[in-house]
Amino acid sequence: MRKTESDHLTRRHLLAAGVALAAMSALAAPPARADDAVNLGVSIPAATHGFTAGIVWWANKAKKDLEQAHPGLKITVRTAAGAPQQADQLQDLTIVTKINALVVFPFESAALTQPVAQVKKRGVYVTVVDRGLSDTSAQDAYIAGDNTAFGRIPAEYIAKKYGGSADVVSLRGIPTTLDTERWNAFTGALKASPNVKILDGKYANWNRDDAFKVMQDYLTRFKKIDVVWAADDDMAVGVLKAIQQAKRTDIKEVFGGAGAKDIVKAIKDGSNPLLQADVSYSPKFIYDAIKMTAEARLKGDKLPPTYIIPSVLITRENAAEYYFPDSPY
Amino acid sequence: MPSTRITEADGSAGHGAAAARPWFRRMRWRGYGPLLGLVLLCVVGTALNPDFATWDNWVNVLARTSFIGIIAIGMCFVIVTGGIDLSVGSMAALIAGGEILLMNSLATSLGSPVAVIALGMVFAIVLGGLFGIAHGLLITRGRIEPFIVTLGTLGIFRALLTWLADGGVITLDGMLSDSYGPVYYATPLGLQVPVWVFAATAFAGAVLLNRTTFGRYVKAIGSNEQVARYAAVDVGQVKLLAYGLLGACVGIATLLYVPRLGSASPTTGLLWELEAIAAVIIGGTSFRGGSGSIAGTVTGAILLSVIGNVLDLTSIISVYLNAAVQGVVIIVVALLQRRRT
Repeated sequence: MRKTESDHLTRRHLLAAGVALAAMSALAAPPARADDAVNLGVSIPAATHGFTAGIVWWANKAKKDLEQAHPGLKITVRTAAGAPQQADQLQDLTIVTKINALVVFPFESAALTQPVAQVKKRGVYVTVVDRGLSDTSAQDAYIAGDNTAFGRIPAEYIAKKYGGSADVVSLRGIPTTLDTERWNAFTGALKASPNVKILDGKYANWNRDDAFKVMQDYLTRFKKIDVVWAADDDMAVGVLKAIQQAKRTDIKEVFGGAGAKDIVKAIKDGSNPLLQADVSYSPKFIYDAIKMTAEARLKGDKLPPTYIIPSVLITRENAAEYYFPDSPY
Repeated sequence: MPSTRITEADGSAGHGAAAARPWFRRMRWRGYGPLLGLVLLCVVGTALNPDFATWDNWVNVLARTSFIGIIAIGMCFVIVTGGIDLSVGSMAALIAGGEILLMNSLATSLGSPVAVIALGMVFAIVLGGLFGIAHGLLITRGRIEPFIVTLGTLGIFRALLTWLADGGVITLDGMLSDSYGPVYYATPLGLQVPVWVFAATAFAGAVLLNRTTFGRYVKAIGSNEQVARYAAVDVGQVKLLAYGLLGACVGIATLLYVPRLGSASPTTGLLWELEAIAAVIIGGTSFRGGSGSIAGTVTGAILLSVIGNVLDLTSIISVYLNAAVQGVVIIVVALLQRRRT
């Protein structure tokens, strides 16, 4: 599809731009350590649900692939169960492991700004992933998925496909800024189509079981539903089961989010008529972030200060490009 | 602790010998506090959305309550002995994962899916029972506080599941999933299978707690372990059995849970322990042990899921406040219960 090609193009452009930028500012950029080795620390949330499991898997894959490709590179991956633990690990990575580059996926923006700033103060090159810090001077580069597009793309898709008129129920994740950003983008984009009615949006904690319950209750409450915006592929699984149990035939489509492999496969194979499209928000971005940071630092380069990995509409035509059978997610 | 318990205990009933007059009456009131709360909640729910009072909605609510409910019945025994088990949610997740892996691997060697499923179900109960007995041994022989033992296994069980699942999801093979599905979805006599199992477990639990020597011993240990020991009760063995029983209940809940989504993930059974403990305590069982009510526990479990159900069926309150509403209802029910006793 045109959109993905442009996505690759922008990525290539950006890398090229990054190289050019680095060439220009080669003198200004702090050179990598004298022995030319990059000791890269990766600090990410522990695998507590499908998406973070994907993050951990892709981070470890990056370690394996990149250490093999670059003998001068050492990558240390640490997973944390909460913000305080992550702050402790950052300290250990800096002082004990003596990293000189860091890729961090912060649990929370505010709580980790100070710990990350401390790391940077010691001369470590810091790439922040996904959740921005409250003080951006604590980071050298910021790489993130596009949460606005995560909400906007399904809204536009639904409005277009159903001719601007549909009854939609939606699920929300866990009350966080991330979830609110997606929700606001979704509802905001649907303001243009007043006949697409959002009947309700309840939290189901990015969890299959809670999504099953909430969907059962939606089915009791609303006699006609056209589309379910499940807002996450794990939640979509619970939603599909609830619809199947209630034997409801009015629902035409369930739109998840993030591009979990089972859902992408179903879209690719056309095996479930309710699953026709998805929006990408792949945990693979941690792989890209580690790769970009490591390769730039090996050359002593810098990354562009902000890089948004675009979220893309996945349909049957391009699903194969987003299907990673080996990843747990 | 045990010596102060005797003097404090006459406020908490269940001390047959200590307070002969009001004991009987108090036990009856105990069941009414949560029941009253439940009835009020149902009236409110129906007023807000008439769909609440439909048969289909009740079947949904009872079916989703059954997992927590069955676990809460086992939990009631453990709490009555004066113990606690924080690991039940993680245990359920690990049993679910283990059961699915076992069934997937048996599916190729064993031809008939019915045999595979039967073996999987037996495995779930046995594994749960063994986990429970392991808790019991660590608590009685190892002399570690139940809170600590089960806090430890809470982490261990969930981490093992996460490791087995490679952080992702363990999924039941398609064909098995279809054959196993009816164990959750089938509706003999109009109610889903888990509801029948829940009812049967509740009945058996009530008989066991109130009509058998084991039940009396469980209560005796909870009211005063030292006295129970002097009365020649094998305290260690009774505790071991109580934890084993809870483990088996977790196994039963899990074997009913697996066919629902046909998968286990690191979020399976998350916070079930809190819901199960809350159901027991809302139902009028004393946290300090010594007395307990199965009927109250069942009511408490249903009450907890009705709160969520009513919130889902309406949108008068901002979704951001849902957890607050749940908290208020739980505290109000607890107050109702105190007033009554």
